[in-house]
Amino acid sequence: MTALLQSESRTSHAPVGENNANDADRSAVRRPDDALAGDVIRTLRHDGTLDPAHDPKLTRDEILGLYKLMVRVRILDDRLVALQRQGRIGFHIGSLGEEAAILGSAFAMRENDWIFPCYREFGAALLRGMPLQRYVDNMFGNANDPVKGRQMPDHYTYKKGHFGSISSPIGTQITQAAGFAWAAKIKKEDIAVLSYFGDGATSSNDFHNGLNFAGVFRAPTIFFCRNNGWAISVPTERQTASATFAEKGIAYGVPGVRVDGNDIFAVVKATRDAVARASRGEGPTLIEALTYRLSGHSTSDDPKAYRPDNTLDPWRALDPLARTRRYVEQHLGWNDDAQRALETEMDAEIKAAVAAAEKTELPSLDSLFEDVFASLPWHLEEQREELRKGPRAKGHGAH
Amino acid sequence: MPQMNMVQAINDALRIEMRRDHRVVVLGEDVGKVGGVFRVTQGLYDEFGDDRVIDTPLSEGGIIGTAIGMALYGLVPVPEIQFSDFIFPAYDQIVSELAKYRYRSGGEYPAKLVIRTPVGGGIRGGHYHSQSPEAQFIHVAGLKVVCPASPADAKGLLLASIRDPDPVLFFEPKRIYRAAKGEVPEGDFVVPLGKANVVKPGVHVTVIAWGAMLYEALEASNQAGKQGIDCEVIDLRTLWPLDIDTIIASVKKTGRVVVVHEAPKSCGLGGEIVSLINEKAFLHLEAPPKRVTGFDTPFPYTLENEYLPLAHRILPAIVETARY
Repeated sequence: MTALLQSESRTSHAPVGENNANDADRSAVRRPDDALAGDVIRTLRHDGTLDPAHDPKLTRDEILGLYKLMVRVRILDDRLVALQRQGRIGFHIGSLGEEAAILGSAFAMRENDWIFPCYREFGAALLRGMPLQRYVDNMFGNANDPVKGRQMPDHYTYKKGHFGSISSPIGTQITQAAGFAWAAKIKKEDIAVLSYFGDGATSSNDFHNGLNFAGVFRAPTIFFCRNNGWAISVPTERQTASATFAEKGIAYGVPGVRVDGNDIFAVVKATRDAVARASRGEGPTLIEALTYRLSGHSTSDDPKAYRPDNTLDPWRALDPLARTRRYVEQHLGWNDDAQRALETEMDAEIKAAVAAAEKTELPSLDSLFEDVFASLPWHLEEQREELRKGPRAKGHGAH
Repeated sequence: MPQMNMVQAINDALRIEMRRDHRVVVLGEDVGKVGGVFRVTQGLYDEFGDDRVIDTPLSEGGIIGTAIGMALYGLVPVPEIQFSDFIFPAYDQIVSELAKYRYRSGGEYPAKLVIRTPVGGGIRGGHYHSQSPEAQFIHVAGLKVVCPASPADAKGLLLASIRDPDPVLFFEPKRIYRAAKGEVPEGDFVVPLGKANVVKPGVHVTVIAWGAMLYEALEASNQAGKQGIDCEVIDLRTLWPLDIDTIIASVKKTGRVVVVHEAPKSCGLGGEIVSLINEKAFLHLEAPPKRVTGFDTPFPYTLENEYLPLAHRILPAIVETARY
C-alpha cells in the first residue's frame, strides 16, 4: 500500500525538480502497481468488473474475439521462439506480455485508419486481416514472403490492411506517421494514424520530430508508446528523467494520457478517445501504455544478464491474458474446454503454415536486384548478370 | 525562348508541375512567404497557398520524415533542405527509409519524393554552406542523384525528377544560381534522367564535370585549345545512375580523361568514374585517368579558391594528360 501511495503522490504532476526523486523513486513509474496510480486509465478491476467511467462497451463477440486473438498471438510467439531455437528460423521479436496494449489499440482504429508499426506488433497486423501464412512466410524469408526475403523476420508489410512497412531503425515511423496523417488532413480525409513505438524510442530524434510536427500541424496521429520497461537491457529510468512518458507530450502541445496497458478494455477506450479527438480535428494524442516485456528483447537476447527472473513476478500477476481470461470466464461463459479447443486449432494452423513455408522455395536470385529502383538501371543489370554467372553460395538453410 | 537564370528556371518548373499535378507539395524552412533563402520558391505561396507551400519547423529530419509519410499517403512532396550541408539530420530518413522503402516492402510501398538542396562552394560560405556530399548518397542503394549546370537543364531535369517513380536528390549548384543564364524552353519541358550532355565535342582529352565546375572545365578546355589540345567536355547532369555509354564512347575516342568535382578526392564520384573507365575501356587508355577535385579536408573559408578545382588547376591536368 505504501508503494501505491508513493506512486500516487509522484504522479500528481509536481514539477520534476520538486519531488526530490532519486532514481529509485523515478523508477516507480515503471512498477506494476503504478498502473493503479490515479492518472492511469484502468477499466478492468481486480474483482472482474468494469469501471463504467472507462468502459468501451464492447459486445460479447468483440470481447471474445479479442481474447481469442490474444491467445493466438501468444501461442504464435511461443512456437516462433521454438522454431528459432531449433534453427528453423533466424530470429523472432515477440510481444509476450504486451498483447492487450497491441491488440486493444489496433482494435480501436477504424477500417480506413492506418497503422505505422514498430517491429513488435504482428498481432495488430493479424487483427487487420493479414493471413497467418503471409506472416509465417516472412519468418522464413521464402519466395512467398511479402518482402521477398529482403528483411529479417518480423519485418513484413500488409498494405491491404493499412499496415505499414517495418524497418529496424528506432523511431523513424513516428515522423512518417505524422506526415501521413498531415497529408490526410491537407486532403480533408477523415483518417487517423496509429504509430507504435517503445519507451526507448522516446529518446530518438524522430520522437521529437514526429510529435513536434504533428503538434504544429494538428495532424490526426495517435502516438502509442508501449512502455514495456526495457530497451533491450536498458531500463526506462535510463531513457528519461521525466516522471512519465505521457507528460512529454506537454512540450509539443500534444495531450498525453496513461493507460493500463495490460487492460484491454482500457486500451480500447483510451485509443478510441484519441481517434475521436483526431476525427474532430483536435490533432494528435500521445498514449503511454504501461505494460511489461515478459520476454527478452528478441530471440537474440538473454535477459538473465540484466534482470533477475523473479523481478518479473509482479508483472506476471498482471498478465493481460490471464486478466482477460478471468473476465471471459466470469462473464461470458468461457471455460477450459473452449480454451483447449482454441489452442488445438491454433496449433494446427501454425503447423500447417510452417510446413507450407518450409516447402516454399527461396526468393529468386533476380529478386535481389528488383525494387531497388522502379526499373533496373544498367549497373544493377550488370551486377545481376555477374551474380547469375558466378558460383552459388552455400548454406541458404536456417533461413 | 525566354532568358532565365537557374533560380527562375527551377521556380518555373515547380510552378508548372504544381499547376499540372495537385499532389505536388513544397515544404521546408522558409520556402513559404519569403520564397526560400535563395528565392527559388518565390511566389508559389501566393499562388498555391499554405497547404501546398509549407513553412516547417526547423528540423531537416522532421521535414524529410514527414515528407516520406506524405509520399506514402499519395502526395508528391518536393521538400527543400536549405543547404546540403544541413541534410545530415535527415540522413537516416533518406538513407535507411526513403531509399529503401520500395525494396524492403517488396514493392508494396514505393516512397517517392524529390529533395531539392543547394550544393557546392564559391559563395564565401565556409565549411557549412559549401560542401558537395553527392557521393554519400550515391553509395547507398535506392537514390537517384541529379545536378544541373544550366537553367534549361535545371528546369527539364527537375520536371523529369518529379515525374520519375524513384526518390531523387536534386542538387542545385548555388554558385551559379544567378550567374548561369540562358534560354529556357517555355511550358512543359523535360530533360531525361540518366543522360549526360556532350557540351563541347573534341578528340584529344575527355573532361567530365557537373554543376558549377562545368564552367571551370569549359574555361580550362578553351585555354587548352590555344595549346592545340581539343577537349571533349561532358556535363554528367545525372550523377546516379550515370550515363556510362556517353562516358565510355568518349574515352574510347580520346583515350584520355580528366574528371573534375568539388567534393573531396578520396571515395568521391570521380574515383568511381575512373574505375568504370578502367573496367570498360582500359585498352583504349593512352594516359592514366586524372582527378581534379576538392581536397580531403573540411571546406575552407578564406582559401576556398585554392580548394575548389577551378580552371587554373584543371588546365595543367588536361595538358599533362594530353602529353603523357
